[in-house]
Amino acid sequence: MLKIKNLHAGIEDKNILRGINLEVKAGEVHAIMGPNGSGKSTLSSVIAGNETYEVNDGEITLDGVDLLDLSPDERAHKGVFMSFQYPVEIPGVSTTNFIKTAINQKRKANGLEELAAKDMLKLIREKSALLEMDRKFLSRSLNEGFSGGEKKRNEIFQMAMLEPKLAILDETDSGLDIDALKIVANGVNKLKNKDNAVIVITHYQRLLDYIVPDFVHVLYNGRIVKSGGKELALELEEKGYDWIKELAQ
Amino acid sequence: MSLQEKLISSFMVMENQGKLDLDSNLHNIRTEAITAFEKQGFPTKKDEEWKYTSLKSVLKHDYSVFPVAENSIEFKDVKKYFLHEIESYKLVFIDGVYSSFLSSTTHDGYDICLMSSALKKPKYKMIIDNYFNKITDKNNSTSNLNTAFSMEGAFINIPKNIVLPKPIQIINFYTGNEKEILLQPRNLVIVGENSHVQIIERHQSLSSNVVLTNAVTEIYANKRAIVHYYKIQNDHENASLIDSTYVQQKDSSIVSVNTYSFGGKLTRNNLAFFHEGEYIESHLNGISILNKKQHVDNHTLVKHQEPNCDSFELYKGIYDDASTGVFNGKVIVDKVAQKTNAFQQNNTILIGDKATINAKPQLEIFADDVKCSHGCTIGQLDESAMFYMQSRGIPKKEAKALLLYAFGNDVVEKIKIPALKTRIAKLIATKLGVQLGFEM
Repeated sequence: MLKIKNLHAGIEDKNILRGINLEVKAGEVHAIMGPNGSGKSTLSSVIAGNETYEVNDGEITLDGVDLLDLSPDERAHKGVFMSFQYPVEIPGVSTTNFIKTAINQKRKANGLEELAAKDMLKLIREKSALLEMDRKFLSRSLNEGFSGGEKKRNEIFQMAMLEPKLAILDETDSGLDIDALKIVANGVNKLKNKDNAVIVITHYQRLLDYIVPDFVHVLYNGRIVKSGGKELALELEEKGYDWIKELAQ
Repeated sequence: MSLQEKLISSFMVMENQGKLDLDSNLHNIRTEAITAFEKQGFPTKKDEEWKYTSLKSVLKHDYSVFPVAENSIEFKDVKKYFLHEIESYKLVFIDGVYSSFLSSTTHDGYDICLMSSALKKPKYKMIIDNYFNKITDKNNSTSNLNTAFSMEGAFINIPKNIVLPKPIQIINFYTGNEKEILLQPRNLVIVGENSHVQIIERHQSLSSNVVLTNAVTEIYANKRAIVHYYKIQNDHENASLIDSTYVQQKDSSIVSVNTYSFGGKLTRNNLAFFHEGEYIESHLNGISILNKKQHVDNHTLVKHQEPNCDSFELYKGIYDDASTGVFNGKVIVDKVAQKTNAFQQNNTILIGDKATINAKPQLEIFADDVKCSHGCTIGQLDESAMFYMQSRGIPKKEAKALLLYAFGNDVVEKIKIPALKTRIAKLIATKLGVQLGFEM
């Protein structure tokens, strides 16, 4: 589904990603771990199309479509979704109105009619229940004054509404207490099926107890230096990242 | 002949033609006003209060000064300019002349009628003597000009203890039958103790001919009265407006004046609040969304001259292309006005490369036990918010519009008439060139 070949990217003159190769197939869960500053968030931003970063070399395709040619919204229409590490507050736009707009824009781009109001409401009810969201958050301004945990839950709610092919969860566990973590992970697991894929970006193994990966990759200094099964995450948890750094040198 | 000279001679013509009752007190007021205007002339950029707004391009036209006979228009052609979804009283003027056909007035328990009859009929003499031209700024030459020529407009006189069952719409149409016209509507609004009134005002040109409107409104809110006044400024691009609105408030009254400026060539809003009692609330809200070479100048004054009063001011602006904005917010807190709360906020987003804003908060505080604040921001669109929205599948154009819409939303939220709120939301969406898939 997702193929990344020899990806080099950075900000201005600074190279951050230095040759990433990664293949994610439908039905798989991949975890990307690594110490701070290794390029984890850059990778997710580049896949999502954040123009702050410049791609200098390599390619990213989703089901054969070149993502690098597409704007962030066009990527979303093709099924890319990124859950932000720091979701942006947008005063004046309610969560409901925001998600309605997003869904209808995606449908429009894919040649579908707008979703009827009652179907939209039904979907919103269903998915917010899945995330055990308090209904009042839906009518409040998007993320404004939400706690860290509420913001993350809202991200996964949006993911549930948009049903992406490829979901990238960027540090979704940060700011979550253990109960919220379980709810969010449970939500992700329920959305998981054989036709979609998830990339979990995380610093800690904690989230991976709940969203169990098929593959774990360790990112260091802009490259994937080690890949393995879910046991690799446990090893990192136990030994820390120092041995990886040594491995890389 | 300059416009100023033309106006002064027109005034003399008016006197000679016997159109004015030369022995009346009213005529003394007019004479004083035209004399002051003759001395003052139109404001120029040398005048500190007009530093950023030049009337030059507006004054160069050869305006017709006197309204001609009633030009009729069909309701169906202008329906969209009314808030027709709800019941309302209507005062409609066409080229400065009252249109009985499009209006819906009343004298049943209260007066919602014409300035021309209030100025003439003996039964209103006392009211006119007590209220007419009492709170206008005599240093304001355009207000003086309006006073000298004031013939027509809305006269709203609500005695005490009346909650109006429906809002009042004041609409001034300009048909374009004259090539260039100067209109000078004059409104007087008196709201008695405990009474509640909502007013929606609009100036609308129906052609691309040049029009300059020089409007003056006086609002008197007695004890515990509540008045909400909404100004829709979405006129044609050859239409300019100088609006001066003066508000006097007594104890525990609440008055809001809400200004929505989307259209027009040049708009100047002078808005002044005077407190004549305690526990008063004044609300000044505005949103300007401009493009091309449009210009809007919001000049506000709140004069706190009694203790325990609050004023809240919120003005937002979105400026595209080479449009220009001015915000001048003066708040004066007199020495006696202890326990004043005066809050002022002015936020601007500049989108156009050549767009500019001149923002000037002006706080003069002479009392020591007060809470006063002002916040002024000028920014651009938040890039991280843009990316966030795009990453959810919302295209750039829509994301931009949604963000701008959201930026102005807290001003729209203050509207107390639901149908009007929807209407303003739609006007904003139209101006931003976007179809919102929902109503806010």
